[in-house]
Amino acid sequence: MSVTPFLVLSAVLFGVGAVGVLVRRNAIVVFMCVELMLNACNLAFITFARQHGNLDGQIAAFFVMVVAAAEVVVGLAIIMTIFRTRRSASVDDASLLKY
Amino acid sequence: MNALAVEPFNVPHISYGKLSPLLIVFGVALVGVLVEAYAPRERRYLIQSVLATLGLVAALAAVVVVAAQASANNDGSSLGTIEAEGAIAVDGPSLFIWGTVLIFSIMSMLLFAERRLEGGITAFAGQAAALPGTEAEREAALRGIEHTEVFPLAMFAIGGMLLFPAANDLLTMFVALEVLSLPLYLLCGLARRRRLISQEAALKYFLLGAFSSAFFLYGIALVYGYAGSFELAEIDTAVSSTTGASGLLLTGMALLAVGLLFKVSAAPFHAWTPDVYQGAPTAVTAFMAACTKVAAFGALLRVFYVGLGGARWDWEPLMWLVAALTMAIGSIIAITQTDIKRMLAYSSIAHAGFLITGFIGAQQGLSIAGEEISSLQAVLFYLVAYGFTTIGAFAVVTVVRDAGGETTHLSRWAGLGKEAPLVAGVFAFFLLAFAGIPLTSGFTGKWAVFTSAWSGGAWPLVVVAVLMSVVAAFFYVRVIVVMFFSDPVGDGPTVAVPSALTTVAITVGAAMTLLLGVVPQPVFDLARHAGEFIR
Repeated sequence: MSVTPFLVLSAVLFGVGAVGVLVRRNAIVVFMCVELMLNACNLAFITFARQHGNLDGQIAAFFVMVVAAAEVVVGLAIIMTIFRTRRSASVDDASLLKY
Repeated sequence: MNALAVEPFNVPHISYGKLSPLLIVFGVALVGVLVEAYAPRERRYLIQSVLATLGLVAALAAVVVVAAQASANNDGSSLGTIEAEGAIAVDGPSLFIWGTVLIFSIMSMLLFAERRLEGGITAFAGQAAALPGTEAEREAALRGIEHTEVFPLAMFAIGGMLLFPAANDLLTMFVALEVLSLPLYLLCGLARRRRLISQEAALKYFLLGAFSSAFFLYGIALVYGYAGSFELAEIDTAVSSTTGASGLLLTGMALLAVGLLFKVSAAPFHAWTPDVYQGAPTAVTAFMAACTKVAAFGALLRVFYVGLGGARWDWEPLMWLVAALTMAIGSIIAITQTDIKRMLAYSSIAHAGFLITGFIGAQQGLSIAGEEISSLQAVLFYLVAYGFTTIGAFAVVTVVRDAGGETTHLSRWAGLGKEAPLVAGVFAFFLLAFAGIPLTSGFTGKWAVFTSAWSGGAWPLVVVAVLMSVVAAFFYVRVIVVMFFSDPVGDGPTVAVPSALTTVAITVGAAMTLLLGVVPQPVFDLARHAGEFIR
């Protein structure tokens, strides 16, 4: 079976995630888009592992999952704090620091 | 297509001795978490600060021992070995960077532990969960509650910073990147005063940092797809053995560069730097500005020299552009800044540009004559010089205060020279070092990277760098003029008397800035002795 469709899917997912980070306003949604990008990377890792016939890429996917989980902990803590302070999770509202 | 090969399981060989600096730092971080859980609240500050500092000193001692052993076993080529089944390279540059990061971390821990400036309490939020301006926050302040979690968090970040430049495969490097970043995101949001901008800095740093590490990860995936391995040496083999560019490799390389250049705050990935440096507690800013930059440059150099050195004709033009852009943006936008911390952030961006200039010079140690220095060694020296000055400068920022805490607006610094000649004098000295005036470490560092870039053939970039140094000197001198030749506005600034901790940090910063300017030879020798990356 060709690996190309999986790579294309991974690239599309990564692109959707990247565009989402740039255009969405809600910090939680932005963060979800980052997670989507990480999962797109996972798909690419596994596809390449299949293509090269070694296990490195599959191992990498596990590491990435753990890192993503740790990132969720830290990220949601920060977003929660700022939401409780401002009653808003919009990234456009957080604009005290500029120029 | 191959079937997945099943190999017999071999017990991995790990030489704990050589990895002891890393293990000590991570061990102390874990003990710190236990202290937080079990020690009574009033004793935690003392236990945590002493534990963190002693842990870092022990790790530094371990680095010295490992380095001494490595040079005793030196067979004439590169210093050191690759450990942990190819995951970590304990070579000369790694050891040099470990020592540098640990010394800067010890200085930062002194700033973290400072209590006298806030009236007997640390500069970190009493209770990060309590909302700003609420009863809960007032009560936490009244009861003198402080977040001693900052010490274990910083230790985890330092552990990541040690692992990041030493990682010999891209997966380890990604994990190290996250281990160093995640605690820093939290630390940024923990300021005791001006909590809104501190939280905003944490949010911005987190979202942009996570975004950039996703790019870094996709870059890893593509390079893995190209080379079939994460190990830098095997990537190098794959890159060197094929002629012509592959789309997979080029895209992967560019995405890797995005992640690394974000961490060193190079343009066009610098946008987070001013906001985060301004909003974060100043001790954390000092820590980030010095240690993260050292670690990230170490990793950048390792990836591009060791892993992608064979494709240097493909990445060099990009890096030329990035270096010129970074220097220009850092130096020119800094002129319009009115906030000291923000101005220092732009200065840090400009310095990243000078460092990348040195990195492009890329003459390798093997191809140069005795007394010349390679670009790696020039960059290492510059990092040492820059780190001492940066920590010293941010430490000075913590002592200039008014009723609302630190006063960072430039206009409030007017007349500081009359109020506190010593503090203003020391800060002026740091600024002159940033500007690269002779007899300061900044001059020696700039001279080192510029000569190495020049002899590497990057002379147009050196011309840009010198021009931008002149532009940068303008805004450094402007601050000196404001401090010494302007009349204070209103009450003028006051300079709080810090405890011995901050005083030591400022003194060490100033002394090293002078020393590296006057007698740089020992550190150059050390950098030369560190040699080149092991492959």
